[in-house]
Amino acid sequence: MTWLGFAEIAAYMAAVTVIAWPLGLYMARVFTHQPTGIDLALGPVERAFYAVCRIDRTKEQHWTEYAVACLVFNVIGLLVMYALMRLQELLPLNHAGQSAVSPDLSINTAISFATNTNWQNYGGESTMSYLTQMMGMTVHNFTSAATGMAVLVALVRGFARKQANTLGNFYVDVTRSVLYVLLPAAILFTLFLVWQGVPQNLDPYTQATTLEGAQQIIAQGPAASQIAIKQLGTNGGGFFNVNSAHPFENPTIFSNLAECMALILIAAGLVLTFGRMIGEDRSGKAQGRALYIAMSLLLVGGILIAWWAETHAGALAQGTMEGKETRFGILDSVIWAAATTASSNGSVNSMHDSFTPLGGMVPLVNMMLGEVVFGGVGSGLHGMIIDVILAVFIAGLMVGRTPEYLGKKIEAKEIKLAVLCLLVFPLPILILGGLSLVLPVGLAGIAAPGPHGLTEVLYAFTSTSANNGSAFGGLSGNTPYYNLTMSLAMLIGRFLVIVPTLAIAGAVVGKKIVPVSAGTFPTQSGQFIGLLIAIILIIGGLTFFPVLALGPIVEHLMSVNGSLF
Amino acid sequence: MIKQLIPATMLTLVLTLICGLAYPLLMTQLADKIFPSQAHGSLIVKNGTIVGSSLIGQNFTKPEYFHPRPSATTVPDPNDATKTVAAPYNAASSAASNAALTAKAQVDAIAAASDALRQENPASADLPIPSELVTASGSGLDPHVSPEGAKYQAARIAEARKAKPDDILALIDGKTEGKLFGLFGAPTVNVLSLNLSLDERWPIK
Repeated sequence: MTWLGFAEIAAYMAAVTVIAWPLGLYMARVFTHQPTGIDLALGPVERAFYAVCRIDRTKEQHWTEYAVACLVFNVIGLLVMYALMRLQELLPLNHAGQSAVSPDLSINTAISFATNTNWQNYGGESTMSYLTQMMGMTVHNFTSAATGMAVLVALVRGFARKQANTLGNFYVDVTRSVLYVLLPAAILFTLFLVWQGVPQNLDPYTQATTLEGAQQIIAQGPAASQIAIKQLGTNGGGFFNVNSAHPFENPTIFSNLAECMALILIAAGLVLTFGRMIGEDRSGKAQGRALYIAMSLLLVGGILIAWWAETHAGALAQGTMEGKETRFGILDSVIWAAATTASSNGSVNSMHDSFTPLGGMVPLVNMMLGEVVFGGVGSGLHGMIIDVILAVFIAGLMVGRTPEYLGKKIEAKEIKLAVLCLLVFPLPILILGGLSLVLPVGLAGIAAPGPHGLTEVLYAFTSTSANNGSAFGGLSGNTPYYNLTMSLAMLIGRFLVIVPTLAIAGAVVGKKIVPVSAGTFPTQSGQFIGLLIAIILIIGGLTFFPVLALGPIVEHLMSVNGSLF
Repeated sequence: MIKQLIPATMLTLVLTLICGLAYPLLMTQLADKIFPSQAHGSLIVKNGTIVGSSLIGQNFTKPEYFHPRPSATTVPDPNDATKTVAAPYNAASSAASNAALTAKAQVDAIAAASDALRQENPASADLPIPSELVTASGSGLDPHVSPEGAKYQAARIAEARKAKPDDILALIDGKTEGKLFGLFGAPTVNVLSLNLSLDERWPIK
């Protein structure tokens, strides 16, 4: 650990904040339908969208209608993606002659992309045709991110509005997310990535003859346009098998810095959007800033622990570059690992499975906290607001008052729904994970011996339930058993959280706003930030400490004493 | 539910056309015009043949070339399609080992790779071995080694090429790329670029 390294971490966080800030304010204008500066160009396109799709932009939706729209839209997208993979053999733009994807892998991948998880049980360049990558993967990278943003905006409207009963229009929110935020950002980022060396073509795979006379086939494709949005939309499903470790997916230190910033940027900006939408009569800016600080502290804490673990590997030190790229070295690999799991991006620039036991535990724990440390585009902040509701509830119990957040009374119904969100998340991890550790079909997929093998399974179900998508890649997940169980985990982790979240939005939107009084618990203070962080860590700790003790912790303690497996 | 089907289906369709066709195809056109070399994979052509990509690592085994890191990429076993066999630097199927550092097999593999490296480079046997020379990269296609990783091999190459060791070290220094803004990433040397220079300056007759 060097001073230069600390400076790098500080520079990274500062760079993210400098861009997230104006972006957040811009997004607030997008979602409150104020002039954005590019309406002249995009307004006609947007109106054409609504005309073609028969969307009435003035019609607001009740939370139930909003939730149904969200589910129907996602199911249709999922079916299209499934069909593309099953039929890719017959469709154009299949230069590498990829055959139809198997049914269970197609189900897994379609659900994976629809839920913003982007778990890869396939190798992009060896499984998917260019058409599938473009019309399947790339499209879902946009729509699943837009879905997350829409749900978040609906929840924020729930708190922002006074005694209303609608939350906005799902289709309008999705359309505006794509047209005004994701697409322009992706176009700029694509050009940057191509400049740095990411391929963007429809060429067949290149045949090269090396200086030693050997043949090398080099995979090509429309990579940059997909990688741009997979980073920005916290999707994380790579164009190539090894994701952003691939030198075509992430060729330079500069591209690495930009991709590592992109994977957190929109989620970070949305925290500031939230503050702006709440408004200054409830000190919205300070409220947003408090959440931003809490998230930043948790992220930096994770980076520091992983960095320490990877640079103090003891007897394992000679192996610490396993799964890491030379150009990123140890520090840029751990910053990415922490950021990609704190946000629910899940792209990787190094192989978490080959980290030291404690270094690998950091990405795992980040996901176990529920992807609320910036988290997914939209989904991260709506998860965080659930934790905030719990925090004000606990604070309310301590002082014996009805809890409030942003002037809205938090009552039994909201608490029940928030607890439902929190309880749903660990279920697939602990139940399906536990099942996989006793069933022969589950055990068959494990590569690593000893406690590390348990961690591989634990990581897979945590990653899929948290809709992250990064992996301890040693696990052979492309089997019918794992494809289907992980699909279930992804669906539960996404939609069984979205629906109660929208229900909370529907419940609070109708409430009046209580004016601030001496008895109001301030939710923008340093004290509240501390309480919130403590609650997030305690909930995660209580739920997962026993299984962590059996995996990475025991592996660390034994390896320190020289035990190998 | 039913009345939601029309807008949901139409929106999916329109977004698929815009984000799935118009956007990637427009980007492909633009990339081809603005950054033609990068858009097609930064390929290196020598005497009319493509010798590789400046971004993608290649396998070098002869003593007169710099060697890259170990690679975990594979190809399907020709005798049994359900299995794979090692094929280092297979750029049509990137892969990592995903080995656990605490696995005995992994510790043994690193020790064996270190022994082999010392035997190949007897003049450097006393130097510490940089970790990346005995571990597989995340992609299996890492085009770089660290400057120390290249210098470890300098004496062997000087001997095979009948060049002065100092000239080889100077070549490595000249090809070393430092940290970005003095802060981010790690210093690297591109192996293929080194080897192209070797062939130019000290050709093997």
